[in-house]
Amino acid sequence: MELTQQILQYLLSGLSTGAIYALIGFGFAIIYNATSIINFAQGEFVMLGGMLSYFFSSVLKLPLPAAVVAAVLAATAGGVVFERLAIRPLKNATPLSLVIITIGGSILIRGLAMLAWGKDTHALPPFSGSEPIEVAGATILPQNLWIFGITVVIIVVNKLFFNYSITGKAMRACASNRRAAGLVGIDVRRMVLFSFVISSAMGSMAGIIIAPLTMTAYDVGIMLGLKGFCAAIIGGLSSGFGTVLGGLLLGVLESLGAGLISSGYKDAIAFIILLLILFIRPQGLFRKAETERV
Amino acid sequence: MTTKILRTMSAGLIVLLACSAAVAAPPIKIGGLFAVTGPPSFLGEPERNTAQMVVDEINKAGGVKGRKLELVVYDTGGDATKAVQLATRLIKDDKVAAIIGPSTTGESMAVIPVAEKDQVPLISCAAGIKITEPVKKWVFKTAQNDSLAVARIYEQLQKQKITKISILTVSDGFGSSGREQLKGQAARYGITIVSDDTYGPKDTDMTSQLTKIRGSQAQAIICWGTNPGPAVIAKNARQLGVKIPLYMSHGVSSKKFIDLAGDAAEGIRLPSGKVLVADLLKASDPQRKSLMAFVKDYQNHFKVEGDHFGGHAWDAVMLLKGAIERGGDTPSTIRDQLEKTRDFHGIGGTFTFSPSDHAGLTKDAFVLVEVKNKDWVLVK
Repeated sequence: MELTQQILQYLLSGLSTGAIYALIGFGFAIIYNATSIINFAQGEFVMLGGMLSYFFSSVLKLPLPAAVVAAVLAATAGGVVFERLAIRPLKNATPLSLVIITIGGSILIRGLAMLAWGKDTHALPPFSGSEPIEVAGATILPQNLWIFGITVVIIVVNKLFFNYSITGKAMRACASNRRAAGLVGIDVRRMVLFSFVISSAMGSMAGIIIAPLTMTAYDVGIMLGLKGFCAAIIGGLSSGFGTVLGGLLLGVLESLGAGLISSGYKDAIAFIILLLILFIRPQGLFRKAETERV
Repeated sequence: MTTKILRTMSAGLIVLLACSAAVAAPPIKIGGLFAVTGPPSFLGEPERNTAQMVVDEINKAGGVKGRKLELVVYDTGGDATKAVQLATRLIKDDKVAAIIGPSTTGESMAVIPVAEKDQVPLISCAAGIKITEPVKKWVFKTAQNDSLAVARIYEQLQKQKITKISILTVSDGFGSSGREQLKGQAARYGITIVSDDTYGPKDTDMTSQLTKIRGSQAQAIICWGTNPGPAVIAKNARQLGVKIPLYMSHGVSSKKFIDLAGDAAEGIRLPSGKVLVADLLKASDPQRKSLMAFVKDYQNHFKVEGDHFGGHAWDAVMLLKGAIERGGDTPSTIRDQLEKTRDFHGIGGTFTFSPSDHAGLTKDAFVLVEVKNKDWVLVK
């Protein structure tokens, strides 16, 4: 197996994982833009997506498509509850308190999942079979194609929503300047709610499409959430292509690093990149530096 | 008037209870440290279930030499620090006479100094060879040494004239111990390790490592880890079209592995305790009786088949029972009697302890099994 074929394989695997990181990173970015806080419970919604699909399909025996839809709805409902109970009541809390609350929320959700479904790992059936597909000497699974496809669809829909719909534009207005948005009649608190709805829906979808490949358990949210956070930071917490590129870059670098340098340091590579970005270019790779007018 | 009657009645009741407590000999307390939750829960849960089941059965049959056994179980969650704290609690607060567990090599190595210092016998259910080599006075184990598992696999490879292999091990205590054994014993069987990769316990994608292995000259892959990593590796290997035989460790010798890996598990071979193929054993096999009884018993109690890991706890409790029957009832006498165990036909194998051997098993404790049609078959 020549080196080029190997590198192609690393690239394809990396793009697939990167797409998941991008979806999760999007969730971070959307909530950050609407509320200026980092919602560290985002990873848990990813976990909920996978675990709920497992629950609906294996325990309640629903057909897979119905289970997926039900799981996304249930996770989104969870996101709404989280926002209502944990974020909305705290009108004057500092961003730091809110961040700590989201961390606490993530631990709570993780604990509830463990009590409800145990600590076992569970496999989800792949959406359309598991026969490998050859692509110029490298192989991918049909599930990888689902991941690419669904990620593209979600990102396109998001772009259209934020640029061409009133609600989307209203959310972007809140992100730019909350007070001004409030003054022109935008219900800021409702925009915050929407941001949680979108993030938890996207996060849970990400969890569902990756579950057939990586299996799901009550604690997959931690690592996925952190890596998604890395992706969002690399992309500068933007709601656009920056985060997508950030996620893909992270996935590919991880895969190449594990294959070419050393597999033991796979996780370390993601966090080294995060640290480098935070030290050298904290606004992300794709955003101009922010200046404040005094 | 009524209060006076009530008070005398309760006083009388208390006296009666105190008397009955004094009349019966106090139960022998055994501590259990199992990872019932956390990543090694597939080890700790069956172990805890089995230990409780066996202790209940012993007590129902009248106890050991007239004394009941009391099992105090703490959940370590697979965390070595917690295991040490809970071990100290068992010894100092609960005053146990012996401890069964912990479930993993990492935790066991952490708890050993506690057992040695406080002089309480410890029967570990973990596989790492370092637990009993070099021999420690108060530490025994019931899980087969990983060195024996490696020897089993290498024997098979040598039979098939395979000389170049790749190893893929998990970066935790179990995996590093296995890796040491794999590297140390390779030359003895004429095997060269052409690539040596690792993966993290929580990693979800090993295609990078397998791509590298696919491009190397390896004729077989040996993967050493516990669920879910090996299931992901099996799936990744299938995805990448890896054609060379894939061997796993005994860390995945349970149905759970087949459930997780699905079709990708077909054809995978691993060393396992005989419990997985109990019904396929010859009638003359000395372990067959205990094995069949254990499998059926566990099935009746917990609705799933008894597996390799529950067997470790079964052996530990029964070994303690034997030691108590032979006269042990304090930590040091139990320890002495444990060391005198000869030819005990347990689930993990036939145990014979001695002052220089606190692991007690030989190569025959392992058989090689293969996954066929989502079930286990013996490899001849």
